[in-house]
Amino acid sequence: MSEPQGSDLMTTSSSGQLPGGSGVAVSLRWLRSTHPIVVTVLAFVVSVIVGGLLIVVTDSPTRKAARYFFASPGTTFAKGWDAVSSAYVALVEGSIFDLHAHGGLWQGLNPLSDTMLNATPLILAGLAVGLAFRTGLFNIGVQGQLIMGAVFAGYVGFAWRLPIGVHLLVALIAGMVGGAIWAGLAGWLKARTGAHEVITTIMLNYIAFYLLGYLLSLDGFKRSGSNQAISRIVDSNARLPKLFPAPWRVHAGLIVALLAAGAVAWLLTRSRAGFQLRAVGANQNAARTAGMNVGRNYVISMVIAGALAGLAGCSQILGTNSSITQDIDAGIGFTGITVALLGRADPWATVLAGLLFGALQAGGVAMQSRTGTPIDLVTVLQSIIVLFIAAPALIRSVFRLRGAADVGSQQLAKGWNG
Amino acid sequence: MSAVREQEPSLVETHEVVEVPASRKSRLISGSVLIVVGLLCVLGLGVGSHAGYDAKFGLSPTGATIKVPALVVPARIVAIVLGLLIVALGVWRISRGFSRHTMRWVVAITIVAAVFSFLCWACTGSKGTTLDLLGLLQQTIFLAVPLILGALAGVLCERSGVINVAIEGQMLAGAFAGALFGSLTHNAGVGVFASLIAGGLIGALLAVFAIRYLVNQVVLGVVINLLALGLTGYVYDAVMANDQNTYNTPPGLHVINIPGLSDIPIIGPLLFQQNLIVYAMYVLIAVIDVALFRSRWGLRTRAVGEHPKAADTVGINVRRTRYVNVIIGGLVAGLGGASLTLGSALPFGKNMTNGKGFIALAAVIFGRWSPRGAVGAALLFGFADALQNVLSFIGTPVSIPSQILAMLPYLATILAVAGLVGRVRAPAADGEPYVGR
Repeated sequence: MSEPQGSDLMTTSSSGQLPGGSGVAVSLRWLRSTHPIVVTVLAFVVSVIVGGLLIVVTDSPTRKAARYFFASPGTTFAKGWDAVSSAYVALVEGSIFDLHAHGGLWQGLNPLSDTMLNATPLILAGLAVGLAFRTGLFNIGVQGQLIMGAVFAGYVGFAWRLPIGVHLLVALIAGMVGGAIWAGLAGWLKARTGAHEVITTIMLNYIAFYLLGYLLSLDGFKRSGSNQAISRIVDSNARLPKLFPAPWRVHAGLIVALLAAGAVAWLLTRSRAGFQLRAVGANQNAARTAGMNVGRNYVISMVIAGALAGLAGCSQILGTNSSITQDIDAGIGFTGITVALLGRADPWATVLAGLLFGALQAGGVAMQSRTGTPIDLVTVLQSIIVLFIAAPALIRSVFRLRGAADVGSQQLAKGWNG
Repeated sequence: MSAVREQEPSLVETHEVVEVPASRKSRLISGSVLIVVGLLCVLGLGVGSHAGYDAKFGLSPTGATIKVPALVVPARIVAIVLGLLIVALGVWRISRGFSRHTMRWVVAITIVAAVFSFLCWACTGSKGTTLDLLGLLQQTIFLAVPLILGALAGVLCERSGVINVAIEGQMLAGAFAGALFGSLTHNAGVGVFASLIAGGLIGALLAVFAIRYLVNQVVLGVVINLLALGLTGYVYDAVMANDQNTYNTPPGLHVINIPGLSDIPIIGPLLFQQNLIVYAMYVLIAVIDVALFRSRWGLRTRAVGEHPKAADTVGINVRRTRYVNVIIGGLVAGLGGASLTLGSALPFGKNMTNGKGFIALAAVIFGRWSPRGAVGAALLFGFADALQNVLSFIGTPVSIPSQILAMLPYLATILAVAGLVGRVRAPAADGEPYVGR
């Protein structure tokens, strides 16, 4: 989503639509506007309802009861409500506070740690997608960049021997370089030959995936003595330290992610380079006329985005896990796209979006283990939320909100040739 | 239109199509690429193979009534000769240049020659190895069917100006619905129908959000893929996995031998001993290829994809044309999904398309948005896939990691969009929603 879209949404809600009036009337009107927060909450509500329907339809006690629906409709509804509420309660308990945990408040808040743990790579991946968005680029290649980042960081982590502190720093830099090379390749191809970054980044995803598979078959990379495709274990000097005592698992990657969000926010709003990136994203012809080197900005944007994605890989390999496997990406690359969309490509909003989706993921694990509701529900919820957010006009028509007609959709539209 | 043109010839400017010769630089680049490929064949595959070994290619299926003798050629000599042929083409390209039309054939010949010399080399790993060439080609077709159908879906969508990144999701939904309804009714036909509907529904979702709500189509495609992945994965775990017998044992489609044609050596077992989906695919390829360039629908589709405003001005309903194309594309991709489950009686598995939709998208681009090109590219990608399987059976002189072979389609696509194989241009309005005059 490019800059004009976001700012248009802001103006319709904050100033243009809401002049004066009593407090209640203003807040009512605010609730009926297409303020981004309102849209986000409504999208969330819709996704929860759709998810609930999905649970009911596939729940076997409910389906059994539904055979006698006309004899006793109440039973069907009761069973359905049971299934939905238990699943969603488990989801919340698994992501925020566990009422059933033994051992007091600290144990009870453990799910919060899992939420942050899951959110860390999502925030970084979301930033990687969002930054490229602001330059008018679609970075679909976070998956590949994350893999390359993990490969570089992991290699430094398990093959080199460095003193404590230095090792972690070098590994993090290596991860950023790995991601930056992979994304920079797509940016360079776009700048040099006009090859569309959507295509090249998707292709680079697969190349990175198979490259990792190849590396995992090589001696020296593969763990010796293991017949599984798993790399050697990262040295303890290169691990991201845990932030809290056990059982909290959240690690310093979260700090890295927050620092990265701050850096991206500073870059975009305060720096000369960031102004150029945004200018290219808003209107590349105007930027070119103003004397900016559009191609160079594409490369810069992709390199920074790749470094961010590489950090997501670092969080995976130096923090959450300690060795590389074929599924090191764990879907983070594509979820990162939805995080960036939910965050409307704004760094701090991306942090919040990452936390929300991290919470869903952490809760999903608990939900699956406690109620047997498959964790894929989380993917459904996430995609529905983003689908509705990407189409504010749809939310408007569903909830009969008022708002400006078709806000900024033209800027969003860019084809292969753009 | 034509009537107007005949009445007022002076008003209509006609343009002679003038062949623009390729620039010296691009000739130099493409020619050098050919020479490098040729030299690789001569030195790497020819000289690098075991001297005196024969390459033996099996061309007859086991148990065939008419046996075709195996093709036996001296491996090293053939590889070197084919490599030299490619070098010669490259030299000719630099010195004299080929016209654009001939260049396509040159590229095709180069690919075939390079692949064949590679196969010759691969055969010389140990003496007396027979490479089952017919089996390889049969596997190529088998693996290419979903790719071809997905690529056709992409062509249909993108020619009308809607980017289809959601091929993956459409195929996944098709595979899922085919397996589920095929199993429930014990009827493969019902399964295929369900696949079509599921693919079409995802196509309709793409159409509504892209055309009515003007959502960015790349974003939309990615999100729809996630939605399809989540939905099918959820229902798989919640319903199918608990009772595979009831919900996930799809019946396979029968192989139909076309009388007469199926007895032709080589071609018969390759093309005419297939199931219904494959025959439907032949028809779709032919129909789309002809209709896109020879019918009223095709003209309108291309007009809407290239210049929607102009199309609107002459009275073509841009949005309706796009709706129709995107939904038909969804149906075709759904059929591609059906080939994964019903085509070979395989149960549905989570994320069973596993990137095939994205390879299909690559095939669309590699094939320059033309049906023929897309089919050719899909076949090439299917071949690369099949080759991996075959090479893991016969030992090549130098072992090739299967992952490196698996990368090739993606590398080739990057090279293609980077312009090394000639300029690739999408339909001009591809991805741009039309909001009306």
